[in-house]
Formats: sequence, structure tokens, C-alpha cells
Amino acid sequence: MTKRTLKRAFKDSLPILAGYLALGMGFGVMLQSKGYSFWWAILMSCTMFAGSGQYAGVDFLASGASILTTAVMTFIINARHFFYGFSLLDKYKGAGILKPYMIFGLTDETYSIVCSAKLEDGINPKKYYFFLTALNHCYWITGCTLGAVLGEFLPFDSKGIDFAMTALFIVIMVEQWMSTKEHLPALLGVATTVVCLIIFGADMFIIPSMVLIATELLLFRKKLDKTSKADESGVGGND
Amino acid sequence: MIDVKHSLILVAVMAAIMAFLRFSPFIAFPEGRKRPKVVTYLGSVLPYAVIGMLVVYCFKGVSVFSYPWGIPELLASLLVLGLHVWRRNTLISVFSGVAFYMVLVQLVFK
Repeated sequence: MTKRTLKRAFKDSLPILAGYLALGMGFGVMLQSKGYSFWWAILMSCTMFAGSGQYAGVDFLASGASILTTAVMTFIINARHFFYGFSLLDKYKGAGILKPYMIFGLTDETYSIVCSAKLEDGINPKKYYFFLTALNHCYWITGCTLGAVLGEFLPFDSKGIDFAMTALFIVIMVEQWMSTKEHLPALLGVATTVVCLIIFGADMFIIPSMVLIATELLLFRKKLDKTSKADESGVGGND
Repeated sequence: MIDVKHSLILVAVMAAIMAFLRFSPFIAFPEGRKRPKVVTYLGSVLPYAVIGMLVVYCFKGVSVFSYPWGIPELLASLLVLGLHVWRRNTLISVFSGVAFYMVLVQLVFK
């Protein structure tokens, strides 16, 4: 049963394998170009496990940023992670000794798979989430370290390979779209973020987006709560 | 030339902030304790909204006002979307999209 679970986790992690190797190598190359050895890539990928967070981290390290700047900027860039746990309170419940690591390693990509994976009988969900997290972490550490070791002498032109993440999120959005009749949350998420990106710019839009999305979802609670119950009991909505 | 001590402190600070962001929902609403219905509600609708947010997040660096005007991203995204609606196979959709996008940015829109 464990073997089957691991196999399924590995299969679902393959798109992330491509993306993490590419993004990780990009990070490693950047880091070593600032004079940091691959040990720093290992240290950061093991302890932080955050794509955009580590990319920004290279700048903080190289420029000798203050502790306060580093803390505040890391918080702003990665604030979206704060949302993820809310959807996984029940899914990760009872995972016991595995749970702290699963929370520690909760990335955008792992979150999106955990939310959307339909697990058949014979797959242990908690172990599946754990394997997925650990596999992704391995890919990430490997990518970051390889990039720092190889530096600019990459054996091939990897430009554009990071589109794997975009493609994965589009796929998951399609899957979610087809799994429910209620499209308002997805539409709110896209529209709100686009508007915030235009108004606040690429560096500052995530926190305003999060606040607005949460507010909107609360405002529409009456409508959406009803629909989610109807979906669960198998009764289709009329609208 | 590298300030090892300061760099180590910065890495520790960044790792701590990441852990804080990821752990706080689980610490605020621990297992076995009743949690407000509104939190459960948000947890049930957030995944849909957040994936929408992440898709937009991926395009944050794309400029539609300068060459190549986001055309590679648009074409590759449409391919992923179309393939996935058609075949519903994640690996086919993702890897075709990546291959197509790499061709576009490396060979077509240089």
C-alpha cells in the first residue's frame, strides 16, 4: 500500500520535477554569481524551500540587507502561503509525526496538487501528502545545488522551462473548473489579482489581492455556502 | 568578501518567516478544538480563488506593451488549456506547453 502511495505521489510530482529543477537551477546560478558556494544553495533550499523567497533572498544576501528589511520583504513576497493552511486544516488532520514536515514544506505547487488530487482507495492520503512534499523538496534541493555547482556552464539552454509552473496551475484551474458548478471563487481570484496587479504593480500586489479576495469571499458567503452544501449532497443548483 | 555571519543570520530570518507563514493557520486552529464555521467556509472556497491568484501571479513579469507583448505566454497557455480540456492528462498538457513555450522564446521570439 505504501509502495502504491509513493508511486502515485511520484507520478503526480513529475510536472513539478521539471519546474523545480529549472527554477532551482536558476536560483543556484544567481547565488553563485554573487560569490556564494553551493553550500549556501543547499542551506537555503533545505531551510526555506521557497522559490520567489529564495530569489529575493539572493539580493538580500548580496547587498548585505538589514535583518528588518529581509524579514519584512520576505513576509510580503511570501504572504500568500498564509492562505494555504486554511484549506488543509482537515486534510492534514491526524497526520501525526509527519505533519510538521508537511506544513514546513507546503509550497504553491504542493498545495495545488494536495487540493485537487482525487485519491482512489488503497492510497493513504496522509502518506501521499508527505511523499509529495518530500519528493518536491528533493527536486528543489537538487535543482538549487546543481545550479550553484554548474554556474553559468549549464549543459543546455533552459530558457522557458520555468513555464512548467504556469502550465501546472492552468491545468489545476481547469480541473477545479470542471469539478464544480460554482465558478465565482475562481473568477474572483483571477479578476481581483489582475486588478491589483495593474493598480499596485508586480512587487506589491499579492497582499492587497489576498485581503480583497478574503473580503469578497466573506461577502458572498451566503450564496457560496449554500452552493457548496448542495454540491456535497449531490443536489444540483438551478443557477 | 562574503559576510558569513550576517548571511547566516539573514537565512535564518528568512527561514523563520517562511515557517511562521506556513504554520500559523495550523497553530491558530489546532486539531481537536472547535473552529469557527467561517474558517471552515474560507478553507473550502479559498483553493479555487487562490489557484486563480497563482495563475495571474505566474504572469506578473509579462509586459504586454513591449516585445514580445506576452504572445509566447498567451499561445502556450492556450495550448495547455486546449490540450487539457481535450485529453485531461496533466503530464501531456504540462510538457507539451513547456516544449512549445521553449521553442517560442528560444527560436521564434528571440
